[in-house]
Amino acid sequence: MSIYLPIAEVSVNAFLLLGLGGLVGVLSGMFGVGGGFLMTPLLFFIGIPPAVAVATEANQIVASSFSGVLAHLRRRTVDFRMGTVLLVGGLIGAGLGVFVFNYLKSLGQVDLLVKLCYVVFLGIIGSLMFVESLSALRRAGTPTAAPKRKKHTWVHNLPFKMKFRVSGLYISVIPPALVGVAVGVLAAIMGVGGGFIMVPAMIYLLGMPTKVVVGTSLFQIIFVTAFTTMLHATTNYTVDMVLAVLLLVGGVIGAQFGTIIGAKLRAEQLRVLLALIVIAVCAKLALDLIIQPTELFSLGDSGGH
Amino acid sequence: MRYLLTLFLLFAPIAKAQEVVVGLSDQEIGIDAFFDGSDLFIYGAIRPSASSLVSFEDPYDVIITIASPREPVTVRRKERRFGIWVNVDAVDVDLAPTVYALATSAPLADVLADTEDLRHSISVPRMIRSVGAPMDVEGAEDFAVAVKRIRQNNGLYQTLENSIELRANTLFSTSIPLPANLTEGDYDLRVFITRQGSVMALHESQIPVQKVGAERWLFDLAHENPVLYGLLSLAIAIFAGWGASAVFQLARR
Repeated sequence: MSIYLPIAEVSVNAFLLLGLGGLVGVLSGMFGVGGGFLMTPLLFFIGIPPAVAVATEANQIVASSFSGVLAHLRRRTVDFRMGTVLLVGGLIGAGLGVFVFNYLKSLGQVDLLVKLCYVVFLGIIGSLMFVESLSALRRAGTPTAAPKRKKHTWVHNLPFKMKFRVSGLYISVIPPALVGVAVGVLAAIMGVGGGFIMVPAMIYLLGMPTKVVVGTSLFQIIFVTAFTTMLHATTNYTVDMVLAVLLLVGGVIGAQFGTIIGAKLRAEQLRVLLALIVIAVCAKLALDLIIQPTELFSLGDSGGH
Repeated sequence: MRYLLTLFLLFAPIAKAQEVVVGLSDQEIGIDAFFDGSDLFIYGAIRPSASSLVSFEDPYDVIITIASPREPVTVRRKERRFGIWVNVDAVDVDLAPTVYALATSAPLADVLADTEDLRHSISVPRMIRSVGAPMDVEGAEDFAVAVKRIRQNNGLYQTLENSIELRANTLFSTSIPLPANLTEGDYDLRVFITRQGSVMALHESQIPVQKVGAERWLFDLAHENPVLYGLLSLAIAIFAGWGASAVFQLARR
């Protein structure tokens, strides 16, 4: 069944969109990532104009994150304090990111830069997570090895300390706020929620327990992507409501299943899986840059983009 | 008497300026939510004119073109730099329709002389104009060719040779499949009557293509009241997120 999208101005199979939404929704619920880093390239691939894909994806992430966060709320795995600190940083970061994005746009080559950003960040995070979680899995196999969780590092010597009871942390607000800013900047440039960067940052930099990390990052992503949706809707008119509804119907259902699956898997297994997905997306994007494309020419709107 | 006069007034200008009468299955095309392309049926008749020196028996040919409004388009070319493929240069092709269909009653080369193609911009390479192509870019004409190739591959530019049925050298009809990815605007319809490659008569009219129903409403809301549209999008997202969560809670009990 084909459906004509009013803003994207293309006709797409409705079930294909529902399926894509569902698939990405499962991942979203399992890992607490918005799924934008997967969905945005997939939308390009089925012929949605990039500007519409990025803007609409932000709207869809709001829905799947909201659905996911409700499930985490019931299990009390959302650290609101930490989420708020990250959010303040995230909104500042998103503003900065839009500024950087527009500056790079004026220089041209913004598409290439976005792709390189994807390859570099997905590559680094994917391989780090993969190596770390594999060794964690192996450690879990040997009964004698006691996990050394709370190491005392420079992070713990900063001022403005705050108690994050849900996370079981007593640390300065500076590191999480900085994580929020960095994620906001990257999210705005790459057109994603930023969960795939924030989740590892929360685990490895802030030392938060994995179960709390997912709910808390979803909480932050809701607000950052809602902010981004409004920015796109009011400045570029590129949010396609019909596309968003189809994606989010699939997405919210998928996210519920994802949360159930996520609760049944062990944290280390979750991380190995997420690492593999991140590496696969990174490899695909890298290959696209290296292999000679069949069509060397591309069409774009006149007047930059 | 009055009836005769009306008839005379109705046909007088046609007999003078035109020798072709054209009818359409749809006077306008509406894009609704389930729009999946549209077949446009075009029919008409060739009226032999008194001024024509050639006898009626000489065979005519018919060429029909449908073009969406012309828009400038930026074409970028990739090249390998430092091991990766990057856009190295760009050319603005001044005017190219996003959708173009060309139908003929016989192979295009037989029914249209090159000079006439040049004058009327009928064939696909001729109808894309790139006057302002910068001289410093090597092979600037490749860029216009690329527009043609990419849009042909996407089914946006079609050349339908031999698709017009011509009966008794007078009546013609054809059905042109318009793609699902139509953009809005007034589409130009041109019907050329040719004989031995030269254009004998030309009919020009416009077919409005526009969104209707829910599509129209959403598009207008997005452009006229973007804040409300954005908030509505967010409300739907939040509601759908909550709804799915609630349904799953019930289902698990």
